[in-house]
Amino acid sequence: MTPPASIAIAEAGPAPTRERPPASVYGPFAWVRANLFNGIFSTIVTLVLGVAIAWALYGFLKWGVANAIWSVPTTATGALDPTACRAAHGTGACWAAINDKWRFMLFGRFPYDQQWRAGICIALFIGLFYVSSDRRFWRKELAYIWAATLAVIFTLMWGGVFGLSYVPQDEWGGLPITLILATFGLALAFPLSVLVALGRRSTALPAVKTLCIVYVELIRGVPLIALLFMANVMFPLFMPVGLNPDKLLRAQVAIILFAAAYLAEVVRGGLQALPKGQAEAADALGLTYWQKTLKITLPQALRLVIPPLVNTFIGFFKDTSLVLTIGILDLLTASKTAMADPVWQGVSTEIYIVVAMVYVAFCYTMSSYSRSIERKLDRARNR
Amino acid sequence: MFRLTVGAGLLASALLAALPAMAQPSGSATLDAVKARGTLICGVAGAVPGFSLPDSQGIMRGIDADSCRNVAAAVLGDANKVKFAVTTTQNRFTALQSGEIDLLVRSTTWTLGREASLGLEFAGVNYYDGTGFLVKKALGVKSAKEMDGATICVQPGTSTELAISDYYRVNKMKFTPILIQDLAEIQAAFLAGRCDAYSTDSSALATFRATQTNKDDFLLLPEIISKEPLGYVVRKGDDKWFDIVRWSYFATVAAEEMDVSSKNVDEMLASTNPDIRRLLGVEGEMGKSLGLDAKWAYNIIKQVGNFGETWDRNITVLGVPRGINAVWTKGGLHYAPPIR
Repeated sequence: MTPPASIAIAEAGPAPTRERPPASVYGPFAWVRANLFNGIFSTIVTLVLGVAIAWALYGFLKWGVANAIWSVPTTATGALDPTACRAAHGTGACWAAINDKWRFMLFGRFPYDQQWRAGICIALFIGLFYVSSDRRFWRKELAYIWAATLAVIFTLMWGGVFGLSYVPQDEWGGLPITLILATFGLALAFPLSVLVALGRRSTALPAVKTLCIVYVELIRGVPLIALLFMANVMFPLFMPVGLNPDKLLRAQVAIILFAAAYLAEVVRGGLQALPKGQAEAADALGLTYWQKTLKITLPQALRLVIPPLVNTFIGFFKDTSLVLTIGILDLLTASKTAMADPVWQGVSTEIYIVVAMVYVAFCYTMSSYSRSIERKLDRARNR
Repeated sequence: MFRLTVGAGLLASALLAALPAMAQPSGSATLDAVKARGTLICGVAGAVPGFSLPDSQGIMRGIDADSCRNVAAAVLGDANKVKFAVTTTQNRFTALQSGEIDLLVRSTTWTLGREASLGLEFAGVNYYDGTGFLVKKALGVKSAKEMDGATICVQPGTSTELAISDYYRVNKMKFTPILIQDLAEIQAAFLAGRCDAYSTDSSALATFRATQTNKDDFLLLPEIISKEPLGYVVRKGDDKWFDIVRWSYFATVAAEEMDVSSKNVDEMLASTNPDIRRLLGVEGEMGKSLGLDAKWAYNIIKQVGNFGETWDRNITVLGVPRGINAVWTKGGLHYAPPIR
């Protein structure tokens, strides 16, 4: 409930001394009265929902905190003894399983003593997102930062240099895989999608236009899972024996192609929404096609489509979990594999909760960032 | 015409000249590839407890994983030189056909259809499994024959589903299937009493029963209604490789028969028993005839263990009885031809 920007500016000046407004119109009490107990119907709804929420919260806390098993003893042979967890099954959460499995969930089959490398990669990815989100860094140098960070990330993941042991791609897993697939998928799909959107609207190049339409319609007409299967199951059959691009790379290419087709339609929607006068004015000024596109139409079009773009981004971040069908251990698959451990049989809710929290953290950050950037870029409209 | 002939001749001689350079002494493309690479790429499920499942440290554990290690120990002399490729039920055969993996040990049932039509062959069986039924003791049923009209929880699209309907048709009984895809959900449904019996591979049923706190409330019915021999799969057409994979399995069974284990294998090198001496490469040229080192079987037994050790480490801990998976001398089905 922040006040609109105009009011904030008006209040910023030297405030004249004035009396505090009465508590009945300003302050938390007034807010509660105005928003929660505003009339009989509203009061009933508030009470009913309040009781329901309290009841659910009580149940969750009882299960997740009060009755929860936080650690289990180790048997004489060094194995974990999950008897306590099995006894508490249904009444209390078994966080001991997370305690045992969190590293596998986050890093998959990455060699155990080398997992700090994958951990640094996650931190680097988050740092990269943070830096890229700040408008002060939107300069040419950002491209170098990206290139350098990605180089560091892949050096850490692969190793084989600077005394780091070599880790084949098959052993990568968990959150780094999800981040790699999502980051590269979107970072490469986005430029491709802009080109496809421009191509699809092109009037001067009918062949390119047809190609773009065929590409978009073909990819959109097929489920992502089918594309992943094609990349994983059919593609190797066409290649000579021994000449096989890596499984992860094949999945990555499939995701890029799929994301680009969807993003292209979003971008095209933005281009469609611009009044024709903008392009005509640019033409009248004698700008070339690329000048017109890069300086006039595209910036305005992209600004218009931030919400659907972010919507698609969030969708794809989660869709990367479909690689489980082709045996790549991303965050969700690694967690499901952790669940299969007979020691922790029956412990699935706890693991799903942790995975959901990781996904929510990333997706919520994306959506709240999109809201803030919409506000910043839309100042021109909201004056 | 002349030019064409000369050209063809040149090409042919170039090919002939290239051939000896490419051909390796082993005569097996897969063996050469594995040796050149220095690692064995082995396709596993990566999600089946007891067969292949990464532990909390990410290390692949299970009888399938150890079967891969056997082959790596025999071929490369180091059981750890295995790259485990996680395959799904859909892509496992393609991965093998396309050469992405050298060997598939993914609890895959040996059937005529698969061997005859997929260009693959089964080099050995590391687990004789079969479809079984798990019921609550409170139900009072002692045999599957008493289960007319029962509701049975089963995963859709599996061979289990087919096996049950065949079994009920043959025995002229009726049942109501409750089809649930997700493993955790199907187990919860059975525990909650939504179905009278839970049916899947008997190994999985035994594991499930063993991990319940009240395991004595459950009964695994004696009937095993289908045959599911699970084993090693290789590509057709590479007979040398087939031999290596098959005999790396036989070596572990032979070792168990003769009580050679990872603990006593070094003492056994001094054994006077000619069978043991041949197995461990002290005598004869068994390894050489396979295209391997003389110590091939010694390396398997020393680094991975004999068949019984592998079994105990991976399957016994799940609470699954040995049953027909004992060696033949103890009444089971695992039988190795003589190593001589």
